[in-house]
Amino acid sequence: MIKKHSILPGFGPALGFTIFYLSLVVLIPLSALFLKSATLGWEQFWATVTAPRVLASYKLSFGTALIAALINAVFGLLVAWVLVRYNFIGKRVVDALVDLPFALPTAVAGIALTAIYADNGWIGQYLAAQGIKVAYTPLGIVVALTFIGLPFVVRTVQPVLADLDREVEEAAASLGATRWQTISRVIFPTIMPALLTGFALAFARAVGEYGSVIFIAGNMPMVSEIAPLLIITKLEQFQYAEATAIAVVMLIASFILLLAINLLQWWSRRRLA
Amino acid sequence: MSNANVTAPIPRNIATREATWVRWLLIAITLVFLTAFLFVPLLSVFVEALRNGVDAYWEALKEPDALSAIKLTVLVAVIAVPLNLVFGLAAAWAIAKFEFRGKSLLITLIDLPFSVSPVIAGLVYVLLFGLQGWMGPWLAEHDIQLIFAVPGLVLATLFVTFPFIARELIPLMQEQGKEEEEAAVSLGASGWQTFWHVTLPNVKWGLLYGVILCNARAMGEFGAVSVVSGHIRGFTNTMPLHVEVLYNEYNFVAAFAVASLLALLALVTLIAKTWVEWHTQRERSAAH
Repeated sequence: MIKKHSILPGFGPALGFTIFYLSLVVLIPLSALFLKSATLGWEQFWATVTAPRVLASYKLSFGTALIAALINAVFGLLVAWVLVRYNFIGKRVVDALVDLPFALPTAVAGIALTAIYADNGWIGQYLAAQGIKVAYTPLGIVVALTFIGLPFVVRTVQPVLADLDREVEEAAASLGATRWQTISRVIFPTIMPALLTGFALAFARAVGEYGSVIFIAGNMPMVSEIAPLLIITKLEQFQYAEATAIAVVMLIASFILLLAINLLQWWSRRRLA
Repeated sequence: MSNANVTAPIPRNIATREATWVRWLLIAITLVFLTAFLFVPLLSVFVEALRNGVDAYWEALKEPDALSAIKLTVLVAVIAVPLNLVFGLAAAWAIAKFEFRGKSLLITLIDLPFSVSPVIAGLVYVLLFGLQGWMGPWLAEHDIQLIFAVPGLVLATLFVTFPFIARELIPLMQEQGKEEEEAAVSLGASGWQTFWHVTLPNVKWGLLYGVILCNARAMGEFGAVSVVSGHIRGFTNTMPLHVEVLYNEYNFVAAFAVASLLALLALVTLIAKTWVEWHTQRERSAAH
C-alpha cells in the first residue's frame, strides 16, 4: 500500500491500527474456520456437507431466504414508492418504523412473530381458520425472514427514487407515454440496480439469520431445521469438524453474495453517474 | 409549483401521476403489509408482557437472573462499542483522508461481518479458544476461560458489530473531503488538534448515529453470543439469551417482559436515529 503525498499526519498509525484490529477480530478468526475444515480431509468434508439432513437444511435456508427476499423486493419497492411519492397521515412515523427490524433484537422479533402467527395468535387464528399454518412450518421461517429483510430493500431503493428527476417523467408523458409506460420503461430501469442490491442484501442477511427463525420454525430435522441451527446442534454434540464443514459452505456462499452485491453497487453507481 | 402549473397543467395531472384510486390502493396495501409485519409484532411484545398485569411485569424484571442478564448486557456493550468506535475513527481517517492501493479491498473486508451468519461468528471463536480449539489446551493450562465466559461474549459481539461505526463514518468523511484539515495543519495545528477541533465536530452526528446502531446490535445480538455463552443462568446469559431461556420454560410473561425492555431500546434507537437525521438535514440546509 503506497500513500500519495499528503500533508495530513497519522496515516501510518491509523491504517496500521485498522489492519491490526481487522485481522484480530475478523480475519484471523475466519481463517481458523478454513484451517479447521482443512484438517477434515476432502472425503469427510464432502460426506458431511452432502448428508441428507445437511442438504435439507441448506435447501431450506436458501429457499426460504430467496422467497423472503422476493417478497421484500416487491413490497419493499411498494413501501419505498409510497413513502417517496405520496402523502398520508402518519407518514413520518411509518418511515421511521421501517428500520424496526434493524433495531429490534432478533430474539424479540422471533417470539413476537411466533405469538402472532401461532394458531391461536392475533393473525394466526384467522389464517388457521383458512387451513394455513404459519408458525412451526417453513412458512413461518419465510415470515421471520421477510421481517428481517424488509429495511434492506426499502432503504436502498428509497434514496434513488427520491433523487429521480421528475422532468424525465414529464418528458415521457409529453411524448405521449401513458403513466404505466413511464413507470415500466423510464422509472423502473433507473431503480433496477438499487432494487437488485436491496434484494441481494436481504437475501444475504436471511440466509444466515438465526435468532428470529428458531422460535417460529419448529426446528424439525429434514423439514424446518435451518443450516445455522444445524451448526449449533452439531456443536452441542461436540462434532466440531462437522459444524465447521457446514459453516464453510455457508461462508463461501456469503462471499459469493458479497461479491455480487459489490458488483451490483458498482453497476448502480455507474448507471446513476 | 406555480411555474409547473403555467407550463403544463394537464399532462402533469394525468400522465405524471397515478389515478387517485391507484394511489389510495397502494397506500392501503403498504399499510396492511407493514401492519402485519412490523406494527403488530411490536405491539404484541408489550401486550404479552403486561398480560398478567403490571405487578407480574415488575416481578419478572426484578428477578435476580433478569437483573444479572441486564447488567451483563450493559457490560458487554460498554466494552464492545468503544472499541469499535476507536476502530471506526481510525479506519475512516485512513480511508477518507488518504489515497492508497487496496482501499476498496479494505472497505470490502470491513463489511465482511455483515454477510457472515452470526452463528458462524460465534463458531470461529469456539474453534480458536474453546477447549477443543487451537488455543484451548494452552488457555486451560493457564486457567483462562474465554468461551462460556464474559470475554467470549465480548469477542462475539465485537465481531458482529464490527462494521457499524466505520460504515457510517467512511462515506461521511469522504464526502467532507480534507480541505478543512489541510487548512488547519498548514496553519500550524497538530494532528490531534486538527482531529479534535476540525474532524470530530464535522462528523459528530454521523458518529452518534453509528454508536446508536452499534449499541442496539451489541445489546440485542443473539446468534453469535448464543454459541459462545454456554447459557449459564445468572452468569453468561445476556438479555436476549435470558428471553430464550424463559420462553423455552413456557414462562411467556417473563420472557416478553424482558423482551419489552429490548423493544423499548429499539424504539429509543429509532427515535434517536430520526432525531440525528433531522439534525443532519437542518445543518445541511443551513450550510447551503
